[in-house]
Amino acid sequence: MKSKVYENAAAALFDLQDDISLMSGGFGLCGVPENSIKEIRRQGIKGIHAISNNIGNSGRGLAWLLKERQISAATCSYVGGNPDLEEQMLAGEIDVTLVPQGTFSERIRAAGVGVRGFYTPAGYGTLVAEGKEERHFDVPCIFELPLSADFAIIKAEKGDSFGNLWFKETARNFSPLMAMAGKVTVVEVEELVELGDIQPENVHVAGVFVQRIYQGKDYENAIEIPKFAEK
Amino acid sequence: MVDEVIAMLDDDSSLNLGIGIPTLVAERIPSRKNIWIHSENGVLGVSGRPTEESVSPTLINAGKETISVKPGASYFDSSTSFGMIRGGHIDVCVLGGMQVDAEGSLANWMIPGKKVTGMGGAMDLVHGAKMIIVMLTHFSKKGDVKLLHRCTLPLTGKKVVHKIVTDLGVFTPMGDKFRIDKLADGVTRGQLGLAEEWIL
Repeated sequence: MKSKVYENAAAALFDLQDDISLMSGGFGLCGVPENSIKEIRRQGIKGIHAISNNIGNSGRGLAWLLKERQISAATCSYVGGNPDLEEQMLAGEIDVTLVPQGTFSERIRAAGVGVRGFYTPAGYGTLVAEGKEERHFDVPCIFELPLSADFAIIKAEKGDSFGNLWFKETARNFSPLMAMAGKVTVVEVEELVELGDIQPENVHVAGVFVQRIYQGKDYENAIEIPKFAEK
Repeated sequence: MVDEVIAMLDDDSSLNLGIGIPTLVAERIPSRKNIWIHSENGVLGVSGRPTEESVSPTLINAGKETISVKPGASYFDSSTSFGMIRGGHIDVCVLGGMQVDAEGSLANWMIPGKKVTGMGGAMDLVHGAKMIIVMLTHFSKKGDVKLLHRCTLPLTGKKVVHKIVTDLGVFTPMGDKFRIDKLADGVTRGQLGLAEEWIL
């Protein structure tokens, strides 16, 4: 079996170029592929079209690339809590497309599973519907197209050499969908395990969707808004 | 406001709570009601806040706040999560708002030229849940009433809201007018900031 396992982020991300489209998993700072993002920062790739729910948050995650002006276009659902993106958006330095979050995830899923488009009620009667085909089922809907990317970078808790993945708690979010939609999907894991260590019934993403995998390191795993029970 | 929303929840029902004011509901729901709280980032069965010992960076709600879960909880990807909403499997959704109107339309994601937060999941959340409740202060900080005949801000959803809960009362959008379901103690019609012709 040709190995999908790479030594580190630099080895796994050997063929990036300027102007690529790049999906990145994570919701806020939860489940963010930190090693891959930092490697892309190191390489200085420019003109990236980033596809990610938040494009970083609180100065971290993809905001590391925003600070270096490496992202020229962004497709996301939410910009709140991301001052770097807001600043560049208001200054007209970055082309931001806002997509309703459920439509965002379904467009990515559609690309990954070969569905060429779908009708959804989300966004009907709003700015999001402008220029889109409308069709009335039991309720009025708008037509949405799939969303794919040249590369998808995601992070999982555990992964094996075939690329089978297991996610912890709510870190799963968009990552399984992006793994399917990326032409090249590069996964970093907290723990690289042996084939068979993840029980087949516990595999969240089947390895067929993954092209490259490596053991990540030095995770910050920052908490954006810590809230605790009153004692 | 919080008590009014909780009174609308049936025992054992499922509930999505938007970020902002609606999160106050989560903290006050009595456990005997056995409500299944859904958060669209991929969890059903949200419970109270974690302790400093149990807190996990991978366990958050859609407001990116740390949470805990109760026995019976489940995790899933974003597509499945919004499938629960859009597919009609969640009973009640509570959202915040900037404006809501008599037609049941909601605006809560941008003020042109001033502020854009993005719609996040709100445009999906307003379609599918059996009951959509908007929970908001009756007046803005500037003193503008948030209940309008027609919203002036860009919409989140058109004709989607079933109930409106403010600090002054509970209202139902009827199309051209609001029906007053309940006024808070000591509040009169005249204090609502609504023209008489907008009230049923």
